Amino acid sequence: MNEIIINALLLLGLLGGVMAVILFFVAQKFKVIEDPRIDQVDEALPKANCGGCGYPGCRNFAEVCVKSASERQSLEGLNCPVGGNAVMKQVAAILELEVADVEPQIAVVRCNGTHNNHPSRVSYEGASSCAFAHNLFGGEGGCQYSCLGLGDCVVSCDFDAIHMDAATGLPVVNDKCVACGACVKACPRNIIELRPKGKKDRRIFVSCVNKDKGGIAKKNCEVACIGCSKCFQVCPYDAITMADNLAYIDAEKCKLCRKCVEVCPTNSIHEINFPARKLKVETGDGAVAAEAAAARKAEKVVKEKPASTEPEKPSEPTA
Amino acid sequence: MKLKTFALGGVHPEEHKLSANAPITLLPLPAQLIVPLGQNLGAPPKPLVKKGDEVKTGQLIARGEAFISANLHSPATGKVLKVDDAPDASGYRRPAVFIDVSGEDEWAEGINNTDELITRLDFSREEIINKVKEAGIVGLGGATFPTHVKLMLPPGKKADYLLINGVECEPYLTSDHRMMLEKAQEIMQGIRLMMIALDVKKAIIGVENNKPDAIAHLAAMALSHPGISVQALYVKYPQGGEKQLIKALVNREVPSGKLPIEVGCVVSNVGTAFAVYEAVTKNKPLIERVVTITGLELARPSNFMVRIGTPIAKLIEAAGGLPEGTGKIINGGPMMGKAMTNPEVPIIKGSSGILIMPGKLSSRKHPQPCIRCSKCTTVCPMGLEPFLLAKLSKLERYEDTEKEQIMDCIECGSCQYTCPSSLPLLDYLRLGKFRTGQMIRNRK
Repeated sequence: MNEIIINALLLLGLLGGVMAVILFFVAQKFKVIEDPRIDQVDEALPKANCGGCGYPGCRNFAEVCVKSASERQSLEGLNCPVGGNAVMKQVAAILELEVADVEPQIAVVRCNGTHNNHPSRVSYEGASSCAFAHNLFGGEGGCQYSCLGLGDCVVSCDFDAIHMDAATGLPVVNDKCVACGACVKACPRNIIELRPKGKKDRRIFVSCVNKDKGGIAKKNCEVACIGCSKCFQVCPYDAITMADNLAYIDAEKCKLCRKCVEVCPTNSIHEINFPARKLKVETGDGAVAAEAAAARKAEKVVKEKPASTEPEKPSEPTA
Repeated sequence: MKLKTFALGGVHPEEHKLSANAPITLLPLPAQLIVPLGQNLGAPPKPLVKKGDEVKTGQLIARGEAFISANLHSPATGKVLKVDDAPDASGYRRPAVFIDVSGEDEWAEGINNTDELITRLDFSREEIINKVKEAGIVGLGGATFPTHVKLMLPPGKKADYLLINGVECEPYLTSDHRMMLEKAQEIMQGIRLMMIALDVKKAIIGVENNKPDAIAHLAAMALSHPGISVQALYVKYPQGGEKQLIKALVNREVPSGKLPIEVGCVVSNVGTAFAVYEAVTKNKPLIERVVTITGLELARPSNFMVRIGTPIAKLIEAAGGLPEGTGKIINGGPMMGKAMTNPEVPIIKGSSGILIMPGKLSSRKHPQPCIRCSKCTTVCPMGLEPFLLAKLSKLERYEDTEKEQIMDCIECGSCQYTCPSSLPLLDYLRLGKFRTGQMIRNRK
């Protein structure tokens, strides 16, 4: 009896000993030398694993940072949008480098085709997925560039930063947005764009991506950019470019003077977080136009939305 | 005798062939035609006309230059108003030629526009393929694959059978049925010509057993045409699918991702056979087709011979106007057709029918959770697992959908039709198929 126990102990002990020796040498041979700074950088990152930096996960970003630091002694082009400048400073401190401040960004929804502005002519009842609806048809209101309102962006957001507004049928971005870019990728119509947050959170952008000719765009949507170039002409800083009947404001060049907002005949240029402007009594042409547009818009809101239960409503032949 | 059919799955939707007894009537020309350029599968043809040009009926207005592309001809005599974007049935704006019709047809040179039957068969292979190519003929069953490409067999391949699709398994639609009854002689000639082009000895016309008059009529005709036979088929949707028809008629299975020629078959629609006949013997390009307009509450469900580019609203008008309480206007049949966003869109080469659905029948039921009944798997004619594919597509796991063979899905809609939980299975399958296809193309 005792003999069996002793034999077993000896055998297992011996086996364990041999394995230990083998493992020791294997561990020596295949030792992975990892820069300890990777762990430190990883520790400093927010661990959101959102992919906003362009790399698959925080760990990978940490590795890239360390690699970049040792190879080219800089962190240029690397940014963690979630952590922002504070985290990047920490990372830079760990790697004993300097890092320039990056302007924080935020997701901007460039469509204002609300139920009132862009009334539905047909009603969609298929799978609630923008990606599918985009492949299937042009959109309920006729604008083939408009927001489909089925919330692929909301599903894609890990930060609870974008929600559908039931009243307008459009997504709304809140302060939690970290500019990771998930919604930008999720949107099949490329409506959402990452733009600089701006001083005091003030932003000016063209809230439309419609590339149709003015008449067609306007017929579908009250607030579409009709490509009239008025903003392009009035901009003193060359920040506005016109392409495919659509204006685009370059946020880098824009000095937030709001002249373009005033001249836009369809109110498609939006200003965010600006104080209410003083009513200009001395009339520049632009102010009149802006006022008239505002009045038209107010009138539009009062109008009742046409019933959308009847999916097919004949539209006039296209001009 | 037991009727032939395909092996896997299939469903039995109500037939509702309301317009089966309505003879094909000519629809008068509208004042304006909108002829979209992209009417065929593959690359759209390049326009040859510009604003202000006078065009004659049958004149070439756009040339298909790519390998898979088809020519486009003016469906009427008139003036080109403009070449501009026009919304298609899905609501997207795509390039089209707008033609102001001036009135009487003035046919382009060399086109024989009579109804006489020409039984000439002394055409060479190249001659037939060239004429079909010139005439811009595409598969009229709905897929709009350029027919001349189909007739040019890839090198080293040999066709054993030409299978003619007269199944028309979609409920409501009757355009092929009427063609088989009224144009049987011409269809037979068209089949003979395609047999010469493909160098095959046997052609089988597959017709579902719910069209006994067509079967009897064609069988009587076939007696005088050696090599052509008519096969009655058990009624089951989607028998008109290419792969299903091959399985039903000659019991061969097309391998995954391959074309029917792999198993020695070429499949073509009866309408296409008619178009081939007209193109080869009469030099007549594809400028008109038979379109069924039907619906339970429609005053006069009919079959019209319609010029390409006629607005669908004109057909609805001719069939008695849009009934009160219409819910959907569907481009195609109820199973595979898609609801249109605008009735002003034109008839194109691929439009086989327009279905007017009453509001109370047209809305979908609210989706419930999947109860794992596996009905979708049972009815899938391709042997796929739609519930799984839909789920994977929803989760954006496109590598898994590829492994589960989503690219074999023929989008017949049997799964969604049979689902007791009214899940939008086909919607997600279509999305998954599109995305998976994109992924595979990007890999190359």
